[in-house]
Amino acid sequence: MSDAANLAGLADTLFTLTILAYSLATIAFAAELAFASSAQRKVLVATEGSEFPQARTGFSARAGMVAIGITLLGWVLHGTILLLRGLAAQRIPLGNMFELATAVTFVGVAGFLYLVIRTPRLRGIGLFVTLPVSVGMVLTGLFLYAESGPLVAALRSGWLVVHVTTVSIGFGAFLTSGIVSGLFLVRSRFEEAGGSSAEVSSRVAHRLPNAETLDRAAHRLVVFGFPVFTFAVIAGAVWAESAWGRFWGWDPKETWAFIAWIVYAAYLHARATAGWKGSAAAWINVGGLVVMLFNLLYVNLVSSGLHSYAGIN
Amino acid sequence: MTTRSAAPYLALDDAEEGEPRPASQPGRPPWRARVVRGARGWWRWLTSMPTALMLLFLLALAAVPGSLLPQRPLSQTAVAQYFADNPRLAPVLDRFGLFDVFAAPWFAAIYLLLFLSLIGCLVPRTLGHVRSLRAAPPRAPSRLSRLPRHADLSTDLGAEQALDVAEEELRVARYRVLRKDGAISAEKGLFKETGNIVFHLALLALLISLAVGKLWGYEGSVLVQEGQGFCNTFQQYDTYSAGPLIDGADLSPLCVDLEDFQARYEPDLTPASFTGDITYNRTLGGPDEQATIGINSPLRVDGTRLYLTGRGFAPIFSVRLPDGTELTDLSAPFLPTDSGTMLSEGVLKLPDLGAGRDQLAVEGVFLPTAADVGGGLLTSVDPRPLDPAVAIVVYAGSVGLDSGIPQNVFTLDQGRIGRGQLERVGAANLRPGDSLDLPDGTSITFTGFKEFAALQVSRDPSQLAVLISALAMLAGLLTTLLVRRRRVFVRPGDRVLEIGGLAQGGSAEPAEFARVVTGIRTALAAAWPTDRREH
Ligand code: HEM
Repeated sequence: MSDAANLAGLADTLFTLTILAYSLATIAFAAELAFASSAQRKVLVATEGSEFPQARTGFSARAGMVAIGITLLGWVLHGTILLLRGLAAQRIPLGNMFELATAVTFVGVAGFLYLVIRTPRLRGIGLFVTLPVSVGMVLTGLFLYAESGPLVAALRSGWLVVHVTTVSIGFGAFLTSGIVSGLFLVRSRFEEAGGSSAEVSSRVAHRLPNAETLDRAAHRLVVFGFPVFTFAVIAGAVWAESAWGRFWGWDPKETWAFIAWIVYAAYLHARATAGWKGSAAAWINVGGLVVMLFNLLYVNLVSSGLHSYAGIN
Repeated sequence: MTTRSAAPYLALDDAEEGEPRPASQPGRPPWRARVVRGARGWWRWLTSMPTALMLLFLLALAAVPGSLLPQRPLSQTAVAQYFADNPRLAPVLDRFGLFDVFAAPWFAAIYLLLFLSLIGCLVPRTLGHVRSLRAAPPRAPSRLSRLPRHADLSTDLGAEQALDVAEEELRVARYRVLRKDGAISAEKGLFKETGNIVFHLALLALLISLAVGKLWGYEGSVLVQEGQGFCNTFQQYDTYSAGPLIDGADLSPLCVDLEDFQARYEPDLTPASFTGDITYNRTLGGPDEQATIGINSPLRVDGTRLYLTGRGFAPIFSVRLPDGTELTDLSAPFLPTDSGTMLSEGVLKLPDLGAGRDQLAVEGVFLPTAADVGGGLLTSVDPRPLDPAVAIVVYAGSVGLDSGIPQNVFTLDQGRIGRGQLERVGAANLRPGDSLDLPDGTSITFTGFKEFAALQVSRDPSQLAVLISALAMLAGLLTTLLVRRRRVFVRPGDRVLEIGGLAQGGSAEPAEFARVVTGIRTALAAAWPTDRREH
């Protein structure tokens, strides 16, 4: 076996290990939430359900710390997958949908870890990051897998690095932001119900960070992701000018990039507009993520356009 | 100051603040007042933030059918296919312009409204901002304890001295400071609004440049075989599209010859590069210049760009008529239907075989590396022309080139076969040198192939303006998202210094206020030496 094949094989093994790590983290995060003691409920009631219990005691707190540790480990493995695939193919590991999806989840987890460093109580959302990321990676592995290999001629350009790296970074930030906004919607309903709603979701909601913290975290990630994504689209247009003969041609991928851009611009506007901030803005953010995912999956796999080389065979 | 203007973008609904509402206007007929009021109301609605948001969403929504339905500018054939598959629905959709969404009047209506909305809010907003850049910060409010951030620092310094210390500290922290009536107002981060306005102005500039490009731009494409060439005139293009304000005389006099075309592949048959060596003249009779163009590397000549957008094979045939006449070097481009194996389809139409003679059409597939899949059926297994072959069906009759109805050069009108205007007279798989003899004594020989390249010439006079606008948007966006606008007020009390703070922006930043307070506290302590404190 050649070196390249060895590296690519190792990357595949790491892919499995990464999923395993995130799954374990998911279990540990779930344990943290499940064993948050009923004493904390009292704390919560005392503060009218508005504050996330800082002092998770005993088993619950330990589970949470373990979960973060495993997530971090998984994230390092996750990055190594990309590194090895890059080395195996001697190019930036962003040449097909498998690699792109892997990079997006990598950035998404990075966004989560960053939030936890800035605001430790956001650890409480860990379950809702590692679970979708694990599931997403399993699906990526099953349906989008592509062997590490050389790039088609159209992709042999310095702009690949600029365009696709920034796309992945922006997309990854949007991914985590969309999740956080979804949790905001759950949490703010719970808070509006006085923190005592009997719904099933409230059992989860009362353990989430408070709505304001979630709202701010989601906003922070979009404030980061939006300019990056804007730049990615501009870079795509510059590349398209030399690759496809025009900088913009309403190719399906371009059209959905345009739609996503508008939705995120609307999110930022909405968050600053009376009557729209809060839930309406959060819904827009969730909608933005749906558009991004649609652009990745539907446009690559179902419709056909100039971006289709990036699909799976 | 209100937190309403704290938007990271323009808070459009702030634009009219302070504008006098027209009361009843004396001396005017009431209907005029009503019209004026109606127009003002409408304008206020149009330039309000929720309206701008709705228009943004509408624009996004309007783009959706443009990606889900086939679009004429992208693929005429896909649209034709859609009409064939949905004969009842398609004409209805067509009436609403849904097969060319981005040129539809209703799409234009949405972005024009958005455009107006933008202008309507930008103008007063820009003027207001210029004013506030020059104006001093507003006076300190009377009760600082009412502000979102608030701190009391005890000090033994006198009021003026304490204010001196605070002022110095705020100036070092790059605040603009106004000291008036025994209090300090300080302000920072006005560039947030500058960035905001730059972003929106750049967006306007972008929209305008796009429109200019659409009006004065053009694009033409042509298939050129090795050894052939073309000049930049609309007549020579297979297809072209041009803005309404450009006419043929405006095209730059570029002429191009394709000398050689090469395709390179990796061992696993991934396409590695396609390049064409060309000779071109910028002007009529100008000197020949050489260049190599390829994927990702067009030729740019004085704002006109030449691209290699595709490639394919053109099989070559020769025909010997029953009377012995030889026609050689007859070829037509066959279009690849599978870029992996370059299996290509096409038709060679031969309308002029002599008076009284049937026209011929050679329809078929070209296989660069042919492999028999059994039963005489050929397929291609490699995109490189290692073992070329054609599988052809020959028709005789009238191909219809003279009927006046425009025809697709790559396909045969199947209706003519159905109506018996064309009759199948032979079929064969041929390798180079092989011939097919027709019943009437005509013989068709497959002699080889040429490669052709799809070339495209484009010009968009506003392309650079679009790029600059886009980059300006990005710069404005970064500024407005990164800069935070804050105000700090300081008022001395009885042995205390009262500090109040306001931050504009989505997430108020307590840390920054705390930094300022800590700075002032340290400075106060430093200004009140310990030896005196011990009294
Ligand atoms: C105006 C032009 C362009 C726009 C708006 C654009 C937009 C996007 C977007 C939104 C993605 C996100 C990934 C996804 O959701 O699938 C993407 C990915 C990608 N783009 Fe572009 N792009 C443009 C031009 C180009 C050009 C010219 C190339 C190469 C010739 C290119 C190559 C890629 C690749 C390789 C990916 C990652 C794989 C994928 O397609 O999913 N893009 N682009």
